[in-house]
Amino acid sequence: MGIYLPIAEISVNIFVLFGMGAAVGFLSGMFGVGGGFLITPLLIFYNIPPAVAVATGANQVIASSFSGALTHFKRGTLDVKLGSLLVVGGIVGAGIGIYVFVLLRELGQLDLIVSLLYVVFLSTIGGLMLYESVQAMRRTRAGQLATLKKPGQHNWVHRLPFKMRFRASKIYVSIIPILVLGAAIGFLSSIMGVGGGFIMVPAMIYLLKMPTNVVIGTSLYQIVFVTAFATIMQATTNQSVDIVLAFLLMSGGVIGAQYGARIGQKLRGEQLRALLAMLVLAVGLRLAIELFVTPDDLYSISLAVVTGGGL
Amino acid sequence: MRLAQYSFFLLAAFLAGQPALAQQRPANTETVEIGLSTDTIAITSGFRGTDLIVFGALDNADPLIQRQGRYDIVVVLEGPERSFVVRRKDRYLGIWVNAESASFQHIPASYSLASTRNLQDIATPKIFTQLGLGVNNMYYEPMPDGFSSSESLKEFTTELPRLKLKQRLYNQRPGDVQFLSATLFRATLSLPANVPVGKHVARAFLFRNGEFLRENATSLNIVKAGLEFRIYRAANQYSLLYGIFAVLLAVVTGWAGRLIFRKD
Repeated sequence: MGIYLPIAEISVNIFVLFGMGAAVGFLSGMFGVGGGFLITPLLIFYNIPPAVAVATGANQVIASSFSGALTHFKRGTLDVKLGSLLVVGGIVGAGIGIYVFVLLRELGQLDLIVSLLYVVFLSTIGGLMLYESVQAMRRTRAGQLATLKKPGQHNWVHRLPFKMRFRASKIYVSIIPILVLGAAIGFLSSIMGVGGGFIMVPAMIYLLKMPTNVVIGTSLYQIVFVTAFATIMQATTNQSVDIVLAFLLMSGGVIGAQYGARIGQKLRGEQLRALLAMLVLAVGLRLAIELFVTPDDLYSISLAVVTGGGL
Repeated sequence: MRLAQYSFFLLAAFLAGQPALAQQRPANTETVEIGLSTDTIAITSGFRGTDLIVFGALDNADPLIQRQGRYDIVVVLEGPERSFVVRRKDRYLGIWVNAESASFQHIPASYSLASTRNLQDIATPKIFTQLGLGVNNMYYEPMPDGFSSSESLKEFTTELPRLKLKQRLYNQRPGDVQFLSATLFRATLSLPANVPVGKHVARAFLFRNGEFLRENATSLNIVKAGLEFRIYRAANQYSLLYGIFAVLLAVVTGWAGRLIFRKD
């Protein structure tokens, strides 16, 4: 069954998109990740213009992050104070990101930069995850307990000024790294259409030394606000949020996530992480190949960017 | 999938009217008229492109020339003018990157042409260039400072119509203007699926013995209708509200998902 996407301006199969949302939702439920970093490249593979894929990806991430953040809020595993500081940084970063996005679009380099960023991030994250999970598997086989390294000693982050106490996280830390981290994630959510949880979670654990139980909830809290801000900014400056596309992905994602979470509980952690790592690497590789393959037509034509003008 | 079919009819009443005048008619009194039955076409989201039939009349024609088939008609439908950038990819460190580009302005976003015969059989290229008639004869106006050198401009000027033809936004159909009677003709133009919205101008050009006589034009509005295009309009006109709505939709979907999840 075909449906015409009003902003992407192409006809697509409704079931393919719903299935794509469900598959990514399944994975995000299984692995506890937002899935934005998989949705956007998949949309690009499906011939959705990258500008629309990025903006719609950000919109789609809100749905999964919101339901996750709500759960953590009810359980009390969400540091609102620290999260709000991340949001402040995130909004500044997202604003800068949108500005860069518009600039790249005018220069005709947006598609390339989006692909490059994805290749770099996906291969780095995928590579690290694969390494970590293989190590963990080896340790388990050797009979040791597979535990995450306990954040112990202080690092350079704790010597920075403007310290603040965060009761929910039980840490006393400078607000500078929090704002910078928030801004970096906000920037990426504008340019790449991701929530940024895959960077935020390790940064919170290893950089800010936050306890693991509040990390996911706080990260989701910031992601809701920053992707909401990015969505509104994309809608007003680029008119590139496709609400029909976003809704198809979201509804698929919401359903997929439930089944993913159930399966995820039955599988072993390291194996799960190794699987996800391989998936991430595969998507990264596919995008990388596209950068090197000679295009069918070296020439392309597009509307000259006129401020405020659509097609 | 509704495939819209639009036909435009000329008021055919005055067509074959006055043969008596034919004898003492001075030269070059032939006129060409085209008529459209509506000034607005609304296309829906399932639109896959269609044929557009334009009817027209050739009046005060010389019967002798007509019998010899030496009258030619070219009908075009020009889309709204836009500015375009044509880019070329080059290889840097093995990666294909958009490198050189040229910008053009006042370029019809779409261009459909139908003619009685191949253009080169109708008149000389010089005449077509003067008229700017035909995909290869149109003037593609570069933007001032929109190109780096005159050689690259030449290169991009030939690529522009090629890309437009490839997208089917430009198309030419020689032989698709047919005389139905001595005076009535029918032109079949292609409206591509991706036809741009806005004001289109239909023009008819009349040629006699390879000589351009006159042209006649009429305009046509193409608008998009249906839910999808209301969404498109909302995204462009009320972009802030649209963005807020997109966020709320996501929040509600996420919340609903949680409610359903808790039940089982």
